[in-house]
Amino acid sequence: MPGHRGKLIVVEGIDGSGKSTQLHLLDKWLRSLGLSVFFTEWNSSDVVKDITSKGKKKALLTPTTFSLLHATDFADRYERNISPLLEAGYFVLSDRYVYTAFARDVVRGCTPDWVRKVYSFAEVPDIVFYFRVPPDVAMDRILAGRPKLKYYEAGMDLDLSNDEYESYRIFQSRIVEQYEAMAKKDNFALIDGTLDIEEQQDLMRRHVSRLLPPSKAAPRSSARNREAGTV
Amino acid sequence: MQFFGEGISYLKLTESKGSLIVLEGPDGSGRSTQIDLITSHLEADGHAVITTGLKRSELIGAGILEAKHKLPLGKKTLALFYAADFADQLEHKIIPALHAGYVVLADRYIYTLMARSNVRGIGRAWSHDLFGFAVKPDLVFYLDVPPEDLFHRVFQKYGSLDYYESGADMGLSDDLFESFVLYQKGIAKEFRLMESKYGISRVDGGRPVQEVNADLQKRIDDYLRGRK
Repeated sequence: MPGHRGKLIVVEGIDGSGKSTQLHLLDKWLRSLGLSVFFTEWNSSDVVKDITSKGKKKALLTPTTFSLLHATDFADRYERNISPLLEAGYFVLSDRYVYTAFARDVVRGCTPDWVRKVYSFAEVPDIVFYFRVPPDVAMDRILAGRPKLKYYEAGMDLDLSNDEYESYRIFQSRIVEQYEAMAKKDNFALIDGTLDIEEQQDLMRRHVSRLLPPSKAAPRSSARNREAGTV
Repeated sequence: MQFFGEGISYLKLTESKGSLIVLEGPDGSGRSTQIDLITSHLEADGHAVITTGLKRSELIGAGILEAKHKLPLGKKTLALFYAADFADQLEHKIIPALHAGYVVLADRYIYTLMARSNVRGIGRAWSHDLFGFAVKPDLVFYLDVPPEDLFHRVFQKYGSLDYYESGADMGLSDDLFESFVLYQKGIAKEFRLMESKYGISRVDGGRPVQEVNADLQKRIDDYLRGRK
């Protein structure tokens, strides 16, 4: 990839899969190695936030509009941060990336080809970690801590069920189906999200080691994929 | 209803009993004047008419203006923002109206959005694919007015130039007049490139209002007569 001197590391998975915790730990580690790190997460651009929250409150968003608003949010973060920082040699850590749109928007009824085309400007990450957990486990984690579900979060716009917990369960299971279908095609690195936190983190760090510049690489991984660390 | 690409797969009502007529052209080309005249004429003829435009959606129209003032937006961000706004209007207003048999008069449509993106260097294929969900209009007119004339019309009307409409974000020239003219020429070129692919009819907008109107009205009447 011309001009792409940094590394793009992505975590994907349903809510409650533990991906954010793991990315946080990875962030700490990379910073402790003295690397330049930038963290970004889904649906967090200031520019788009006000507008989406207004629309979400009114429950007015059609799947296409919903998809395009998230794409706007992504594009803003991509053009403002992700792309320039990758050029500048940063480790960019992204909590959710285009795959979240590929999964959610398709479950909402958007055409898979169209969603892929909309996001075609986004660079392919160096690693995509996919946190695989049985939907029930993830949902128990979420529902234990935060009993009140938001309308779109629960997939209530899809008329799956009048009960928001039931709707949430069906919605999340469908998203898992989409992720599973992508796993091979998009070359996801699978992480078993039911393992101990430390064990998962160790796996991630081993994967990421091959992206480190030679001077920072841990001894055990220094022998392979030297060419990846060209910063 | 015909779509540019994939369409909207979750949509249930896709039969159009109405007509979608689009008027394109730069600011100051007389679009809104013509839309008003055409609306009156069509209503007098017994057609139910609804007008729609860019930046008018209740949901996000105001947000676009706010965001422009806050921070300069990237090219793709802006393109997607406008597309989201357009999708909102398409699904909440245009498609239901077409289904109900209205004549929908659109004060600008996806062509302006594509031209703006393309002139800023976004790939034409991407812009086209982005609007795969959009309904194909029955008629599209482009009001062609030379940029030098537009400048005076816009200045007389608003007393200033719009930041994006004068291409100020593109760093074309330090001189505002020059920037405006260069930008509008770029947009006009994009429209010329789109003309045959998208079936856009060029109309000389430099003529007196009544003359332009007679021209447009005749073509619209012919089309609507043919539909019956």
